[in-house]
Amino acid sequence: MLSVYNINVWYGAIHAIKNVSFDVNDGEIVALIGANGAGKSTTLKTLSGLLRSRSGSITFMDEDLMHMPAERIVKHGLVHVPEGRRIFQQMTVEENLDMGAYTQPKETIAENLERVYEYFPRLKERRRQVAGTLSGGEQQMLAMGRGLMANPKLLMLDEPSMGLAPIMVEQIFEIIEALHEAGTTILLVEQNAQAALSIATRGYVMETGKVTLTGTGQELLHNDDVRKAYLGG
Amino acid sequence: MEALTNFINGLSLGSVYAIIALGYTMVYGIAKMLNFAHGDVIMVGAYICFCSVSYLGLHPLLGVLLSIVGCTVLGMVVERLAYKPLRNAPSLNVLITAIGVSYFLQNAALLIMGSDPKSFSSIISLPALNLFDGALTISATAVLTIVACVIIMVALVMFTTKTKMGKAMRACSEDRDAAQLMGINVNGTISMVFAIGSGLAAIAGVLMCAAYPTLMPTTGSMPGIKAFTAAVLGGIGSIPGAALGGVLLGVIEIFARAYIGTQLADAVVFAVLIVMLLIRPAGLLGKPVNEKV
Repeated sequence: MLSVYNINVWYGAIHAIKNVSFDVNDGEIVALIGANGAGKSTTLKTLSGLLRSRSGSITFMDEDLMHMPAERIVKHGLVHVPEGRRIFQQMTVEENLDMGAYTQPKETIAENLERVYEYFPRLKERRRQVAGTLSGGEQQMLAMGRGLMANPKLLMLDEPSMGLAPIMVEQIFEIIEALHEAGTTILLVEQNAQAALSIATRGYVMETGKVTLTGTGQELLHNDDVRKAYLGG
Repeated sequence: MEALTNFINGLSLGSVYAIIALGYTMVYGIAKMLNFAHGDVIMVGAYICFCSVSYLGLHPLLGVLLSIVGCTVLGMVVERLAYKPLRNAPSLNVLITAIGVSYFLQNAALLIMGSDPKSFSSIISLPALNLFDGALTISATAVLTIVACVIIMVALVMFTTKTKMGKAMRACSEDRDAAQLMGINVNGTISMVFAIGSGLAAIAGVLMCAAYPTLMPTTGSMPGIKAFTAAVLGGIGSIPGAALGGVLLGVIEIFARAYIGTQLADAVVFAVLIVMLLIRPAGLLGKPVNEKV
């Protein structure tokens, strides 16, 4: 479905992503784990077109994404829920969801809205509320709901559990699994490696801009190096 | 009665400031830049209208229309050529460029139209309104200016809250990257905002010259700076703030002229800005944004 081959991304003089390659197949949950600054978010930003790779190739469902502007990538069903949620704080919950559906034809918007409210009933209760007044967990729900409004074929979630209370983290991961069961392919970036790997089909470990290890979710979860580095021994 | 006349004149002048300030504030909101050439777009708009009416003999309404079209195009061209290449440059570079564009427009006008002031009064030829047996006279220009300002305000608020494009504009203002991830064409949206702002500047230019009929290449710079003051006063980035700031500033200026002195009026206006920045840096309707973690 998604094939990334030897991409290299620079921030000015800093070589942030070094020859990274990986694949995501239809129906998988693929986890990208690694420490702060390993290049996970940079990788996602490159896939969604906010950053550009200097070399290599990115192919998503037979489309070449290397030079496609970000706003067109969304239309092809590759949807990025960014780190830190990045919801529109001064707009209402429903306006945020409307923006998520920006590329969608009118007919499908109502249907998608119902679906999002089914996953996140809390958002329906608060739909007229200004998004900046939501709690952190609710903002994460809104960010994910907004992503779903774009009808993703592959949903890229960047640190969905960041800064949330443990009970909220559990809820968010339940929803990720539910989305997966409903047929959405997921690329999950997480620092919470334990939670991410336990739901992942496969995973990649990133270190200082490189992919250093790959395997199924279970393999990585039981790998000694991974345990030492990311799971607290 | 004199105070009331002053008040209405203040409202009228304030409405012009408000219309200009709307352009400033919308452009600032989305492009995060102070477009100091905005005032000179007013001047260009006024010249286009003046030329269409005085030289080509067109109907004033047609002149206004041409001026709106001309300024809209001018705004988009300036954005495309001067500001877009600097989208990721430090803000100081953009600011200096804007000042450069301002001088460019003024000097181009000087070259084409000459330095002699043009008298420009034939745009609004409606009779003045007489109230209270002639004790209160309100010029048709003043009424028209206030009405135009109200209509523009309402239309802009509707546009930004009800339409898809308007909401996309607000989304871009808040978070450009996130807007792009929604599939919004950010460059297109910024260009649209420049178009709207410059179109409004054309209307402001015509209305201003209808009330103060002297047209020179530097005509736009002072109102431009005052409208910028108005936008900051109201809270830069806020559309209702720009309107409120503009009207307040207009009223303050006219009252200062009447009761303190013509020469001090501008000083009073800018003193208001300084006081405002000390007491409430975000402006009257500007919200300091808190990030929730």
